[in-house]
Amino acid sequence: MTFEVPDEFRYTESHEWVAETDDGYRVGITDFAQDELGDIVFVELPDEGEELAAGDEFGVVESIKAVSDIYAPVSGTVAAVNEALFDAPELVNDDPYGEGWMLELTDVDADELDGLLDADAYEAQTE
Amino acid sequence: MALRNPPLRDVHTARGAKFTEFGGWDMPVEFDSIRQEHEAVRESAGIFDVSHMGEISVFGPDATTLMQRLTTNDVTELDPGESQYACITDEEGIILDDTVVYRLPDDVDGDADTPSYLFIPNAGHDDQMYDRWERHRAEWGLDATVRDDTEEWAMFAVQGSDAPGLVSDVAGGDVLDLSRFEAAYATVAGVRCWVARTGYTGEDGFELLCPWDDAETVWSAIDCQPCGLGARDTLRMEMGFLLSGQDFDPEANPRNPYEAGVGFTVKLDTEFVGRDALERIDREGVEARFRGFELLERGIPRHGYAVTDADGTEIGEITSGTMSPTLGEPIALGYLPVEHADPGTKVRIVVRGDGKRARVVTPPFVET
Repeated sequence: MTFEVPDEFRYTESHEWVAETDDGYRVGITDFAQDELGDIVFVELPDEGEELAAGDEFGVVESIKAVSDIYAPVSGTVAAVNEALFDAPELVNDDPYGEGWMLELTDVDADELDGLLDADAYEAQTE
Repeated sequence: MALRNPPLRDVHTARGAKFTEFGGWDMPVEFDSIRQEHEAVRESAGIFDVSHMGEISVFGPDATTLMQRLTTNDVTELDPGESQYACITDEEGIILDDTVVYRLPDDVDGDADTPSYLFIPNAGHDDQMYDRWERHRAEWGLDATVRDDTEEWAMFAVQGSDAPGLVSDVAGGDVLDLSRFEAAYATVAGVRCWVARTGYTGEDGFELLCPWDDAETVWSAIDCQPCGLGARDTLRMEMGFLLSGQDFDPEANPRNPYEAGVGFTVKLDTEFVGRDALERIDREGVEARFRGFELLERGIPRHGYAVTDADGTEIGEITSGTMSPTLGEPIALGYLPVEHADPGTKVRIVVRGDGKRARVVTPPFVET
């Protein structure tokens, strides 16, 4: 089984991704992670304005069979959360790098991104 | 200790199954998706490999006495080809395991004209139940043979409204004559199987016991959605069926059949281990009851979460919980003190420190 790992994203060992956008950085969980969890039925996300440090537990994703914490890949301020996931958590399964995004962070220290895994390194970890 | 493998481990791997450890076995938990598998059973049919379930054969002149004294139900009510759900209790009336007891045709597996039984302990309990039966057989000086056949039999459950048709297509129409809890030997895809109209999903269907080495022939002859233990769990939770080791457990969660909601399996006019304790509990009343919970806020109740009253005082614990795939709503099972157990009572379930509003209900959650 092979999983999608976009080249331009950065990754954590705990299976989150982070990607630069026009307004800041988006965060979600990887294709591998959503497949491991199975049918996602619940997502809990922080409030907008909350400040996160890299490694902070910022929310919870639950599938039918499991509960999994999600961690901030980098430090930053929560500028937006994907409220669509509250009614349609299955978007994380269907489109983990697109409509299944979870957070938008601002005030991110770009140097922290260098400490994350690139696509090749993450892919190697999931094999 | 090495995990035990079902006979079709490699077949399931090739089909893309994910596996999980359960009761000391490495079993398929998910083939495609729990939701898809669950829906297949509720809407048409699914097949489960439940070869981790135990099989203990008991036969010989005193087999009936041995079975009667170690299970709560009345085995003398069983004619050959009938089965019953029963509990196995200790002297205090605590449930050690729950099981289905089949009475086999008398001329099979035992001496002619002597009774013969097969019962199904839960996964990983076969050693313990074999020892229990054998120890009591010796202690009571009974003339019976007890045999652990767990790795002689593969076990498949074919469940759902289309299951009877699928099984009769390969087993012959006679299996359709079986009523609920009846069973018979039948030839399935050329293999002699014990075919029972039983299950753990709330749907119509069959459970098939087939010789371990012929498992693939039978499995591949029944063409429907393969289902893992994940869907088996969500299906049984929607019905409020107990899961051994979780909704009751002699160490972690000791419960008697009355508080577990299975008092109908207890026949006090028979002699069995635990009878006197259960007669006293029946007379004095239980302290707690097994109930369902509907969550009124976002969140998913899980095993081990605390239940509080409206003021936040802890009164119980969730033993099983999930998002119901059929309802799209969170559901849970657990025990409450009788004074808090009336259906409609408002309680709170503590999800990650937050008391979510919930209501006490009586399962099943889904009509089938």
